[in-house]
Amino acid sequence: MRHHQPFLSNVPLLPSSLILRPSPNPRSPPRRITLARASMDGNSELPLVLLVRPLFPAFENSLRQHFRFLQPWESPLPTHEFLSANASSIRALLCSGPAPVDDATLACLPGLQCVVATSAGVDHIDMDECRRRGIQVTNAGDVFSDDAADYAVGFLIDVLRRISASDRFVRSGLWPIRGDYPLGFKLGGKRVGIIGLGSIGSRVAKRLEAFGCTILYHSRTTRPSLAYKYFSNVCDLAAESDVLIVTCALTRETHHLINKDVLLALGKDGVVVNIGRGALIDEKELVKCLREGVIGGAGLDVFENEPNVPKELFAMDNVVLSHHRAIFTPESFSGLLQLVIDNLKAFFDGRPLLSPVSA
Amino acid sequence: METLGVLLTFPMNPYLEEELDRRCNLFRLWESPPESRCEFLRAHAGSIRAVVGNATCGADADTIDALPKLEIISSFSVGLDKIDLEKCRQRGIRVTNTPDVLTEDTADLAIGLAIAVLRRIPQADRYVRSGSWKSKGDYKLTNKFSGKTVGIIGLGRIGMAVAKRAEAFDCPISYHSRSEKPGTNYKYYSTVVDLAANCQVLVVACALTPETRHIVNREVMDALGPKGVLINIGRGPHVDEAELVKALVEGRLGGAGIDVFEQEPHVPEELFDLENVVLLPHVGSGTVETRKAMADLVLGNLEAHCTNKPLLTPVI
Repeated sequence: MRHHQPFLSNVPLLPSSLILRPSPNPRSPPRRITLARASMDGNSELPLVLLVRPLFPAFENSLRQHFRFLQPWESPLPTHEFLSANASSIRALLCSGPAPVDDATLACLPGLQCVVATSAGVDHIDMDECRRRGIQVTNAGDVFSDDAADYAVGFLIDVLRRISASDRFVRSGLWPIRGDYPLGFKLGGKRVGIIGLGSIGSRVAKRLEAFGCTILYHSRTTRPSLAYKYFSNVCDLAAESDVLIVTCALTRETHHLINKDVLLALGKDGVVVNIGRGALIDEKELVKCLREGVIGGAGLDVFENEPNVPKELFAMDNVVLSHHRAIFTPESFSGLLQLVIDNLKAFFDGRPLLSPVSA
Repeated sequence: METLGVLLTFPMNPYLEEELDRRCNLFRLWESPPESRCEFLRAHAGSIRAVVGNATCGADADTIDALPKLEIISSFSVGLDKIDLEKCRQRGIRVTNTPDVLTEDTADLAIGLAIAVLRRIPQADRYVRSGSWKSKGDYKLTNKFSGKTVGIIGLGRIGMAVAKRAEAFDCPISYHSRSEKPGTNYKYYSTVVDLAANCQVLVVACALTPETRHIVNREVMDALGPKGVLINIGRGPHVDEAELVKALVEGRLGGAGIDVFEQEPHVPEELFDLENVVLLPHVGSGTVETRKAMADLVLGNLEAHCTNKPLLTPVI
């Protein structure tokens, strides 16, 4: 097949004798006991992709039309042994969700050239090691950006206007007993500091401008083409903001970017919305600041130690919590599926990748 | 304004109450038990020249009749459906409301409700608080908001503000109102059923009048359909609530975000167990900032009336 041409000459596929294939007669047993199980129903000429954990079934069914998969969890061998045994045939890895791709995994895969991640953030992938080994990494690009931005805005309105809390109030039958629900706070006119003005952050900005908010931001570099005020320091941004929305990538530099000093600078009516990664915020300090009224509220879709959420938050009406699902819509998923296919095909065809993560 | 006798119908805002108490001769209607309110009004009828009401408790024909010295009703709301406007016209009683200052909050809430319903935010919040994330690990998909067609009933101040916000989410806008509005690119439908059949999120943002009562009826809900979402930030009686409950329970309507109900503060209990609804206790304008601005407008109108200046926001 055409797309095998320039690359597979020097990196052979798994020897065909080791691949389990459907026998011409479905009743007869497979011809060989195999070391690795590549796609049972696949065409052996389809390019081979290593998975690190099972895919969603709908995802897997669509991808199987284009690729064969190596699935280490189906092998009796320990994972690293399995990887080493199949290393010569592994050039591409599809990393679904937050499954880690660490240096020990990468060390088993000397032929690996491409890691395709299904998330926007790649903090679970050892990027330094990938760079050192010349491995290209792709992420979800901007397929999640609209949904993530919608969710950030939804969270902010929810925290300020107490939507989840007052829905709880109504459902528990308290309205006729207690009367009017306590007042919330107005979104219009709020100064919103966005941390990380990438594809998600800039969509959040566009949406909130329509609500009459003033947009400020912090990112690694200033974006002079934008009219928004830039802050090189997060504390300074917090001091001039009523709201902080965290949308940046989690890296060594951004770990605990929102610390006690930032929260103190944000102040007692301030609101934090985090749709990035849990570890962008010092969670212990955040809980303490919420408890002590150092800040006014929070909307949290991500946590430091998921699925564990600090229980103290459960009793607070000025926080909104969700289980890391800002991007869980059918549209996001079908966009992601197409992007994964396109990235892998581009890789196997020797074309530029569609959503490479810049170094 | 010190001599102005003001009847406040309901404890609607502490700042407003304080200011009225400080600047006028204040009568608190709710402090007398319901059965003796007629006596209360009779006893003070000689002094009460102004009524301050809101969307919960305004001034009906009986109240107005009981107050022969009444000159002005200054409502702490934009909607005036709890005031007998016809009677006010006959008696020459001035009426003011609080337009504009609550437009943004109400529109913000409409968008917040649409996102909350589609993305199931309160449901996720409940799920996490119940500790289920750790035990169950649910990853059900929710529905995207960006790009949904938003249909607005009533393209007045609030409707326009909803449209402007929804446009920032790349939502195509369509609307129904009594007449087509010049100067917008939004698609106009002359009937609510046609609007509902051609949109995915239907927002009720019109005034409540005899004509708009139950403007969202069974036929409209069925046109909106099992994937459609209804957002009501207007008044409860805009929607046929019994039909709404049926449509939601039977799955003929996809979801609803409801801030207002027909018999507030009573909400149909069948809704409490539904996952596809978000229920709010009439908080469209419920922010500290806006309630203060509304209170200042009520006070400003009373002040203008007392000093024979033009009213700030007259309706009659």
